[in-house]
Amino acid sequence: MTSRKTVLVLGGSSDIGRAAARAFAKAGYDVGLAGRDVAALEPDAADLRARSNVEVGLHKFDVLDTASFDSFVSGLPALPDVVISIVGLLGVQQNAESDLAHATTIMRSNYEGPSLILGLFAEKFLGRGTGTIVGVSSVAGDRGRASNYVYGSAKAGFSAFLSGLRARASRGGVHVVTVKPGFVRTKMTEGMKLIGPLTVEAPVVGDAILRAVESKTDVVYVSGKWRLVMLIIKTLPEAVFKKLKF
Amino acid sequence: MTLVSGWGRFPVVDSDVLRPRSFEAVGEAVARVTGSVARGNGRAYGDAAIGAVRTIGMTGFDRVRSFDPATGRLRLEAGVLLSDLIDTFGPRGFLPFVVPGTRFVSVGGAIAADVHGKNHHCEGGFGRYVDSILLRTGQSETIEASREQNSDAFFATVGGMGLTGVILEATMRLRPVETGWIRERVISASDLDAAMRALEASDSATYSVAWIDCAARGRDLGRSLIYLGEHAGRDELAEGAAAFPAGKDPGLAVPVDLPSMTLNRYSIRAFNELYYRMGARRAGGNHVVSLYPYFFPLDSLSGWNRIYGRRGFLQHQCVIPEAGARAVLGEILDRVARRGDASFLAVLKKLGQGDGILSFPLPGYTLALDFPVKGDILNFLDEIDRLVVAAGGRLYLAKDARQSRATFEAGYPALSRFKAIRKSLDPAGAIRSKLSQRLFDEV
Ligand SMILES: Cc1cc2nc3c(=O)[nH]c(=O)nc-3n(C[C@H](O)[C@H](O)[C@H](O)COP(=O)(O)OP(=O)(O)OC[C@H]3O[C@@H](n4cnc5c(N)ncnc54)[C@H](O)[C@@H]3O)c2cc1C
Repeated sequence: MTSRKTVLVLGGSSDIGRAAARAFAKAGYDVGLAGRDVAALEPDAADLRARSNVEVGLHKFDVLDTASFDSFVSGLPALPDVVISIVGLLGVQQNAESDLAHATTIMRSNYEGPSLILGLFAEKFLGRGTGTIVGVSSVAGDRGRASNYVYGSAKAGFSAFLSGLRARASRGGVHVVTVKPGFVRTKMTEGMKLIGPLTVEAPVVGDAILRAVESKTDVVYVSGKWRLVMLIIKTLPEAVFKKLKF
Repeated sequence: MTLVSGWGRFPVVDSDVLRPRSFEAVGEAVARVTGSVARGNGRAYGDAAIGAVRTIGMTGFDRVRSFDPATGRLRLEAGVLLSDLIDTFGPRGFLPFVVPGTRFVSVGGAIAADVHGKNHHCEGGFGRYVDSILLRTGQSETIEASREQNSDAFFATVGGMGLTGVILEATMRLRPVETGWIRERVISASDLDAAMRALEASDSATYSVAWIDCAARGRDLGRSLIYLGEHAGRDELAEGAAAFPAGKDPGLAVPVDLPSMTLNRYSIRAFNELYYRMGARRAGGNHVVSLYPYFFPLDSLSGWNRIYGRRGFLQHQCVIPEAGARAVLGEILDRVARRGDASFLAVLKKLGQGDGILSFPLPGYTLALDFPVKGDILNFLDEIDRLVVAAGGRLYLAKDARQSRATFEAGYPALSRFKAIRKSLDPAGAIRSKLSQRLFDEV
């Protein structure tokens, strides 16, 4: 049983985090769930244990508390084989336009924290010579939009960080996956108008992450349709793009 | 307010849809308005899962609390889908004892409708394998109910269509299986008599169901294919076959509403003819088939309810006590065949005694038919209902969108007992669905 692989999910209580944890547990990975409120993760740990025979550990992790990252990583019982960051905060764009504190929290939750912690894992993985890093970014980072550019720009930064890290780490046997889920029906998007054919359920994302890790894919648009949509959106000239209500 | 409908997409009504994230939030949702009901995965056809004012979506509660691999006993949240249970525990050697014709139903919805499978005649309904439930009543209490403890609440909730409160959790038992394969035998029956005889003779088969060609008339009236099934053992599988078949996600989807023209007496006739002939060719021998197509033939086409067009469709599912069944079923099928616009296929099966106070099953034959919503269909179905009532039968609430109060009252004599229990759990009447308003709430 010692040869079982392990996955650490940062942001384990999110819908996508839970789905990813289930997908990995089903595939036989031991799971670590990390989140701000460890007690709140207990039911999810019980769920994973009941569904499979894997070991589940809980860890306290706050993405805004960057000072704790070093001790978080060194305090883990073992270095995982796969680490997934699903941490993020959509926030409220309108508030972020005037409330600097809110804008800062969005930027730090989506860019600074996830990048720093994954960077730290990358160092350890490179030292070991193996490992997979998964960052859940967003199609919102592919182009800034009037309606959510604070969030989008932070995701853009995160996507750029991941692509650079991938280029560097691949030479050291470490694989980096960028996941761009598009619309997912979750707590975060509740009440938002989502476009039906472009929207997926969290379990679809969880399975896509597992597949990407096992097949060493670099960038995953969970719904193939998004790749096309974002290709069009990215190539629209700025003069046209700024006039779109979007 | 959001427009909500059931799987039949009729009726479409306004309700305030909420998706609470915690049991406390469920309680608050119930307490704050008069007129809410829980909704599982929305597979009930009519108005059962639509709150009079507020609809409480439960599929977010999808955690398994505990599982004992020695006994197959499971504690879980009510929003877990049977498809999830099958995918998770099937490969570990356990399946639900009872599954309906689609696997995309929640445990809460399966308890609330006390759903029946192809094994009701010998193994009973979903509720039989539920040991206890955690129920949030309309009175803002959370109670544990079982056959021993709060047993009135338990038996009113099994089959109670969500009207005793919101099921938060359940403890249920799974069936140990060696494989996820079914040994199937197909029997072709040339008319209704032959079909009923074949079902009768197959009483000891674990699973049995007949697909009737309801376009066939005259001498062929009631001609059908009977599908019997048993769980296959490991030694019955082909060499090298996996003990558990791969479950495919519904690949094909119906992306738009088809114009209702697509379904007409000619296309239906042609489809039925083809289906019958193809099935008849397989009749006789045993085949080992995956559980997915055996139990859930329709699940491979997601959104198939859109085939019936924008106005939706109605399912009419009745059960007729054994004694008078032959004559009434013959009469219904004849009227349907003469009408010409009924379902592709009708389903006929034998049921046993139901467990819950409002559970649909009673010993006899159940017939399910689909009709697109158009023309004089409501009048036509009222006439069919008269035949059902006269024969001492009843209609299935999980499929109903239109029966009258009189039909309902005639079919469910235990209603007054159900109402009394409901009153004691929810004196102020906080829990109400569109269905309960239509069929029995005092107005
Ligand atoms: C293709 C198809 C085939 C079917 N075949 C069969 C069959 O063979 N046998 C059969 O018996 N049924 C069958 N059904 C009907 C289906 O099994 C039932 O309608 C079932 O109740 C649907 O479950 P759901 O989770 O979608 O519940 P919903 O449709 O959302 O709700 C159904 C009822 O359950 C209540 N409910 C849901 N969740 C809760 C909860 N947590 N607490 C309290 N009440 C709750 C609702 O208030 C409502 O009254 C079929 C349906 C389809 C679409």
